[in-house]
Amino acid sequence: MTALDKFREETRAWLEENCPESMRTPMPEREMPWGGRRAKYPNPDTKVWMDNMASRGWTAPEWPAEYGGGGLSKDEAKVLQEELARINARPALTSFGLWMLGPALLEFASEEQKQKYIREIVNGEIRWCQGYSEPGAGSDLAGLQTKCEDKGNHYLVNGQKVWTSYADQCDMIFCLVRTDTSVKHDGISFLLIDMDNEGVEARPIKLISGASPFCETFLTDVKVPKENLVGELNKGWTIAKRLLEHERSMISGMGMGAGAASMGGMEAVAKENFGTDGDKIADSSIRQAIAEHKMDQQAFGLTLKRASAEAKAGQGMGAAASMFKYYGTEVNKRRFELLLDVMGTQALGWEGEGFDSKELSVTRSWLRSKGNSIEGGTSEVQLNVIAKRVLGLPDA
Amino acid sequence: MALVLTEEQTMLRDMAKDFFTEQVPVTNLRKLRDEEDDLGYDKDVWAQIVELGFAGILIPEEHGGTGFGPMGLGIVMTEAGRTLAASPLYSTAVLGAGLILAAGSEAQKAALLPKIAAGEMLTALALEETNHHNPVNVAMAAEKSGDGYKLSGEKKFVIDGHIADTLIVVARTGGQAGETQGLSMFLVDAKAKGVTITRTHMVDSRNAAIVAFDGVEVGADAALGAIGAAYPELENVLDLGRACIAAEMLGGAEAVFDTTLEYLKERKQFGVIIGTFQALKHRAAEMFCEVEICRSVVLEALSALDERRNDIPRASSLAKARVGEAARLITNEGVQMHGGIGMTDAVDMGLYLKRARVQAQMLGGSNFHRARYADLGGY
Repeated sequence: MTALDKFREETRAWLEENCPESMRTPMPEREMPWGGRRAKYPNPDTKVWMDNMASRGWTAPEWPAEYGGGGLSKDEAKVLQEELARINARPALTSFGLWMLGPALLEFASEEQKQKYIREIVNGEIRWCQGYSEPGAGSDLAGLQTKCEDKGNHYLVNGQKVWTSYADQCDMIFCLVRTDTSVKHDGISFLLIDMDNEGVEARPIKLISGASPFCETFLTDVKVPKENLVGELNKGWTIAKRLLEHERSMISGMGMGAGAASMGGMEAVAKENFGTDGDKIADSSIRQAIAEHKMDQQAFGLTLKRASAEAKAGQGMGAAASMFKYYGTEVNKRRFELLLDVMGTQALGWEGEGFDSKELSVTRSWLRSKGNSIEGGTSEVQLNVIAKRVLGLPDA
Repeated sequence: MALVLTEEQTMLRDMAKDFFTEQVPVTNLRKLRDEEDDLGYDKDVWAQIVELGFAGILIPEEHGGTGFGPMGLGIVMTEAGRTLAASPLYSTAVLGAGLILAAGSEAQKAALLPKIAAGEMLTALALEETNHHNPVNVAMAAEKSGDGYKLSGEKKFVIDGHIADTLIVVARTGGQAGETQGLSMFLVDAKAKGVTITRTHMVDSRNAAIVAFDGVEVGADAALGAIGAAYPELENVLDLGRACIAAEMLGGAEAVFDTTLEYLKERKQFGVIIGTFQALKHRAAEMFCEVEICRSVVLEALSALDERRNDIPRASSLAKARVGEAARLITNEGVQMHGGIGMTDAVDMGLYLKRARVQAQMLGGSNFHRARYADLGGY
């Protein structure tokens, strides 16, 4: 038996013992394991499962063990994933700390910061949100103005952030702040701020979908300890860019297949709505449109696979991440538009009688999908990035 | 899944790229067109293609080929597509070799494949009868006549029809148009009595013909594959053809994209390089995405063929339709972004545009392949 086989055997046994039964069922949204100081656990097993996994560092399997991560090799992490999938285990922890901040801290933070924050992320103790955009700095993110002044023994922060995900439920925010007004990109720093600090206020923003996953966050005379600066002063833009890459790859992959899948597949829905001619959807234009869309989806999936195969072969694919964000989100938007065509008025209910929960969820997801090509860098910004970095087209 | 080329395949690509770039540039096609060449291809170029082993790339070594398989063939087609190289590669090395390999008897393989690999025999597939590809709609009849068959009817859009030594004719020995049952294939000497070949001049300056069969008698040994049951092999090789045209279209689209990008970086208007305009930058970036998408679907189709996977039809239709649409976009943008000069015959944009539309129709346009993809998906 190889070491990897042994690891699989042990992992399987451990999961059998430590993954509660209810954590092996599909996860309703309200039971998502975001962690943090204010977390509520409608299902207490969620917390048990999180703690069990965190005790081994397996919420972050490949992070270094010295900071609380799992310290697993790539192969071991793959085995762990396979074993989790085998028992349909829910994720033990979903968190922006895991997906975005953690990798950046491991690369840029001081030893003390890593010791403290990485461990807290792994354990799900702190729920993080991201303070990047401002009312005056969207696509032009580096134009941000939130002021951060050096007051000797602390920093003083004043400004406003927007599109801070779940800020009203988070414990800490990682922020881009302006520490030098005489230059643009080189006057930005990366700062960690506790949301419990005096002067921090988060107000939810209601979206066109009716949900409020984002907030406006106001920072008024907030005192921040100096040890909360990550990396060097005025070098925050480098960290910000790296973090955006993590965010973009996360967004481009999300939502692929969801929504329509919950409806039992777009083809099945089309058959119900338009009738069939043999096995075929009776309406040939809808049938063609669905085939065209599914071709786009398959082609995009193949391109993701090819990029990862090329990366493994050491070839790389330039600004691949930017292409994926653009293409993936545009395909996803087209999918929902097509689903609306297929479902007709049944995809246009808002609430109440006449629509089932799946239909209502399509309506809301369609509206939410509009944001995919805006958040994390708009499609237009992505195209700019491709034109400049990959194609070498000159600036105006 | 082989979405990355092996070392051997990369060497083949580099060799093909060097060859077509240096020996068969676009000026070669212009010369054939402008001199109204009778053959419509350059015999010296074909001899070199044979010399490099490309004519027998699909053919196993035991029959005189190089045995690189569909992926190798597709790689060569892409490079040929980049320079619009006119040659019998598609009609003979793809379809001819493919059909004989898939459906031929041992005797037919032993007799014909070495000839193809050696460049001594050219073939053409006589399939289409209507304006839109759909192999099951073949209506032309092959009636029993003595020990053999008598062929009557007319075929159109027969690629390389007027230069072929041997025609591979799809005809009905049973069943009706719309049915897969009853389709047969015959090897017919292009010089046989009753065969009339009329060259058609297509927009892409490449070879095609109308072929009429007026009671053409063939022996029983002319049948390629089972009488009345040739459809599975035919369909399989058509999928090979579709993947290879998609590969060739990809090469053309890459060439147009590269050339257009260079033009955006040098052309000045309003005192600036036009590549600084965001209206053009974004469209260039979209073309980049399309080229990347096309590379993936072409590699996928060729891999499916290489590995004899059961999703060959789906992968081939995906590649043919998806690359066809991308090539439409990219060739249109190529002309538009070159502006007035893009409309002139002096630059190559128009040649690529014309070729892309012919390729898009070969073995099925996007509509056909989307419908087929839906069929295969059970909707």
